[in-house]
Amino acid sequence: MSFMQGKALPTPATISAVTADEPKISMIGTGAYLIEAPGGFDLPTQRRIWALSHAVETWPEVREIVPGVTNLLVILKQTPEEPEQLQARLRHEWNCARSVDLTGKTVEIPVTYGGEHATDLAAVCDYSGLSDREIVRLHWQGNYTVVALGSAPGFGYLHGLDPRIYMPRKTVPSLRMLKGTVTIGGMQTGVSVLTGPNGWNSIGFAEMQLFDPAKTPPALLAPGDRVRFLPERIEL
Amino acid sequence: MIEVLQTGPLNTVQDLGRFGFRNAGVTSSGAMDRLALMVGNLLVGNDEGEAVVEVQTFPFRLRFERDMTVAITGADCDARVDGRRLPPWWALPVSSGQVLELEAPRRSARAYLSFAGGIDVEPVMGSRSTSLRGGFGGLEGRFLAANDRLAIGGALACAVPPGGFGALPPAAALAEHFPASEDGTLLVRAIPAGEYVLFGAEAERFWSQTWKISSQSDRTGYRLSGEPIRLASPVELRSHGVVPGVVQMPPSGEPIIQMSDANTAGGYPKIAGVIDVDLWRLGQARIGSRIRFVQSSVAEARGAERAVQAYLDDIRRTLPMLTQALAAMSRR
Repeated sequence: MSFMQGKALPTPATISAVTADEPKISMIGTGAYLIEAPGGFDLPTQRRIWALSHAVETWPEVREIVPGVTNLLVILKQTPEEPEQLQARLRHEWNCARSVDLTGKTVEIPVTYGGEHATDLAAVCDYSGLSDREIVRLHWQGNYTVVALGSAPGFGYLHGLDPRIYMPRKTVPSLRMLKGTVTIGGMQTGVSVLTGPNGWNSIGFAEMQLFDPAKTPPALLAPGDRVRFLPERIEL
Repeated sequence: MIEVLQTGPLNTVQDLGRFGFRNAGVTSSGAMDRLALMVGNLLVGNDEGEAVVEVQTFPFRLRFERDMTVAITGADCDARVDGRRLPPWWALPVSSGQVLELEAPRRSARAYLSFAGGIDVEPVMGSRSTSLRGGFGGLEGRFLAANDRLAIGGALACAVPPGGFGALPPAAALAEHFPASEDGTLLVRAIPAGEYVLFGAEAERFWSQTWKISSQSDRTGYRLSGEPIRLASPVELRSHGVVPGVVQMPPSGEPIIQMSDANTAGGYPKIAGVIDVDLWRLGQARIGSRIRFVQSSVAEARGAERAVQAYLDDIRRTLPMLTQALAAMSRR
């Protein structure tokens, strides 16, 4: 009888507690592990996540890695024989991971601020106490970094929003927000890539194509890229 | 070529899925019942991951435009070729001009049509699966419509005898490895996930109650209705990757199980994750049917995975012997 036989994983599956510098590692299903960095949502933490991604993506048992916002999802090709050992290796990699600065490209996205698609601009004004003109200025003057892609093909989560225009996600999402809508969701901003339900707050519109399945790579943005918004038109 | 004569919405071309692009926000797609897809392909002599038609809205009719071999697996949908009824999980050679008809299944949800040679649509990002949300892959990134024609890959030498043959459906072959309830409720095994402990005593109800699959369920996810389970205080997590099988708990307190077209990122608390080897059964669960979660472990999941592997290996090994025997008999 082998060592692993009859040895069930203790539940709950959160295998480790979060301490000061320890990541939280949890299973989501049998073949996927989520590593969440301790501490705040800042670029140094994100850079350490990218370093961890680089270290883990070459493991032979790894099928895909999905860097998120200060976290990393590791998807395995199959259910591991020894989940606890795998979890220990992930923790070791985190401890070894130092910051990497991805040398990303800079992408400039022309935006029409305000206008018919900026249906939440007034709400952002109310929440921040700033004028619409001020919100638009603070938004396009920002220097943004793509921290992760996700939720839809090619959608980039952008870090670098001015805290003065922070705006929580909506409790009731817009049912049919257009592809190309420029949005604020909490401390993040982005450009929607699909038309559909969306809980972020719309402040403008961009024509630029951010995803093309026929291209390699299909997504225009990549983690580490910088984004500048160019105020092509302001309709207030 | 095959020509679609009659179809409802949401029937698509699928394979085992599109991997390696979740980090670009691209969902894996792929068959909801991967086991039915694999068995169907093996029956017609394909690699197990060839592209097939996933039928989830019925009735469905198609015409074969050349001689070929087809297999029908998954939901038992009273399949008929030119009016002649076929047993479930059956493969057989068909002739140009013949018509295949599928009726609405009585129990399960999705049928799979595999063709020797596979459906020859252009792979996009390494897969022929249709991404309905992204609008690419499969046939023009959309679901099939009447008058669509699909190319079938190079004709293989037909090994299937004229009367055809079948496989024992996994529900029967693997019965002892998949728990069954007495009242017909589908038992789904799951492992507690990231935010499980935050639900405290509320989490008990997650396992104890029977959930109903709501009408707002599709290939992206199943929404369940039942007595809500809520956190003492709401948490908003940073966006992180998710995979099929993840059970999220939105503020409404009614769980969402991510399925084949799972979102690639989410921020809702995760109460559990359905073990991968049970996902094919969930893929056959119908809207309105009832499920119950059973707390499981990695060791148990590994055991069921080995059983499924042995079942597939058995089909692989038996098919050549069966074909030879049937061929010998027909020569007599």
